[in-house]
Amino acid sequence: MSLVSRGFGRRRSATTDDRLPPGQYDTGDRFPVLSAGPTPHTPPAQWDLAVRGEVAAPQTWTWEEFRALPRESVSVDIHCVTKWSKFGTRWEGVSVDTLLADAGVQGSHVLAFSDGGYTTNLPLDDVTNGRAWVVDTYDGQPLAPEHGGPARLLVPHLYFWKSAKWVRGLSVTPRNEPGFWETFGYHDRGDPWREQRYSGD
Amino acid sequence: MARAAVQRRLTWLRARLADNLPESPRVRRLVFDVPDWRGHLPGQHVDVRLTAEDGYTAQRSYSIASPPEDPRLHLLVEDLEGGEVSPYLTEEMQAGDDLELRGPIGGYFVWSAAADAATPADQRRPVQLVAGGAGASPFLAMLDHARRAGDPTPVRLLYSARTADDVLGGDLLGPETTVTLTRGAPPGWRGRTGRVDRALLQEQTFPPDARPRVFVCGPTVFVETVATTLVDLGHASSAVRLERFGGTGDPA
Ligand SMILES: Cc1cc2nc3c(=O)[nH]c(=O)nc-3n(C[C@H](O)[C@H](O)[C@H](O)COP(=O)(O)OP(=O)(O)OC[C@H]3O[C@@H](n4cnc5c(N)ncnc54)[C@H](O)[C@@H]3O)c2cc1C
Repeated sequence: MSLVSRGFGRRRSATTDDRLPPGQYDTGDRFPVLSAGPTPHTPPAQWDLAVRGEVAAPQTWTWEEFRALPRESVSVDIHCVTKWSKFGTRWEGVSVDTLLADAGVQGSHVLAFSDGGYTTNLPLDDVTNGRAWVVDTYDGQPLAPEHGGPARLLVPHLYFWKSAKWVRGLSVTPRNEPGFWETFGYHDRGDPWREQRYSGD
Repeated sequence: MARAAVQRRLTWLRARLADNLPESPRVRRLVFDVPDWRGHLPGQHVDVRLTAEDGYTAQRSYSIASPPEDPRLHLLVEDLEGGEVSPYLTEEMQAGDDLELRGPIGGYFVWSAAADAATPADQRRPVQLVAGGAGASPFLAMLDHARRAGDPTPVRLLYSARTADDVLGGDLLGPETTVTLTRGAPPGWRGRTGRVDRALLQEQTFPPDARPRVFVCGPTVFVETVATTLVDLGHASSAVRLERFGGTGDPA
């Protein structure tokens, strides 16, 4: 029961692409940037990654230790809540399954936390079973700081704000705790195929 | 970080265009009546949705340029050549036409007198606004609101525009504003010229030891550059809030 805008028509590619969730457009070769604050620049010597919270055995990895973990390459479509999608992006990093393997997870959700204070919440089901990674390589190159380097979370089946940039760890929580954008009215889960942009969608 | 949860449903609202006015050669001021609007805070934005006869829809975000006190919702939309949505809004839409929008969206890029009221006037951190192009839009809402509310918080706006004709918000800009023109100045121009660089930021914005709350808004590349320079100058990352409009120059 949408309102038709007289004289409005599509100006982008005429073919409907079934890789495109509702309300999204293909940004092509561009890779737009979105974050609430300035880009942090953490040198590798000061970087580590942690798994903590509701776990039997908290974990931390230095940069070298993280780089030595088993790695995976993924090629995925990504969807930003600001309406752009980008197809076939290539990343390399460590599966979240690997990071959680020895931690003895006891909670039901994770809160990813980042340099700069950013957080985002995810149900465990959305970051396990090969659905999420901590990546440090984009298109064969070290991940640039403005895109979340040295490392970011990658959860491609959810809107891209869930793929926390500059990630420094996962805190396992006993229940759902809203993260940064979620506190400001963005959706708790953020499934682009259900167009879960804002709370209540 | 504020934990003021905004957990209510954002439904699509019908908005009727009351006026489509030239604000500058490239930007139109679209004034909407939105009967079901529930109010907003200065700095927030709306999502606009257009639907074609064949069911195709396009959504874009636009900052709200009007203060909460104004019963009508003002958007300042730059006509981007070849764009899908902005030329429709600026060139095609006429008074009486309807579209769908929803909001207000975003609770982080916000400065309101109400938020300040809890802090005694002499303890308030000043507010520094830095705008590039159409990025002045949310700051016009902030300045207008602060003025109407009599908010004594010290505020400054550093505003980069192409030419003098491109400066938005004419009457609202007062002594708190420094305009810099990037594409040449008219004879007798008394403001600044050139891009917002380190030297201009040092000269024309609150210094880091004044602990300003900083808001930067405009094309992505502008925002990215200014934010990096501000942090280099010594501003805490957590004190700098950003709103990026996009643009062709996005880092690849
Ligand atoms: C939170 C938010 C608030 C915004 N507020 C405003 C606002 O108050 N006023 C406003 O005019 N715009 C604003 N924008 C940008 C707006 O949402 C659209 O992106 C813009 O109007 C272009 O849409 P389009 O469909 O016309 O162009 P598209 O069809 O999306 O793009 C057409 C061409 O224009 C280029 N382009 C896209 N966006 C920009 C840009 N911002 N500057 C320069 N080139 C661009 C693209 O690269 C492309 O080549 C805001 C964006 C965000 C995310």
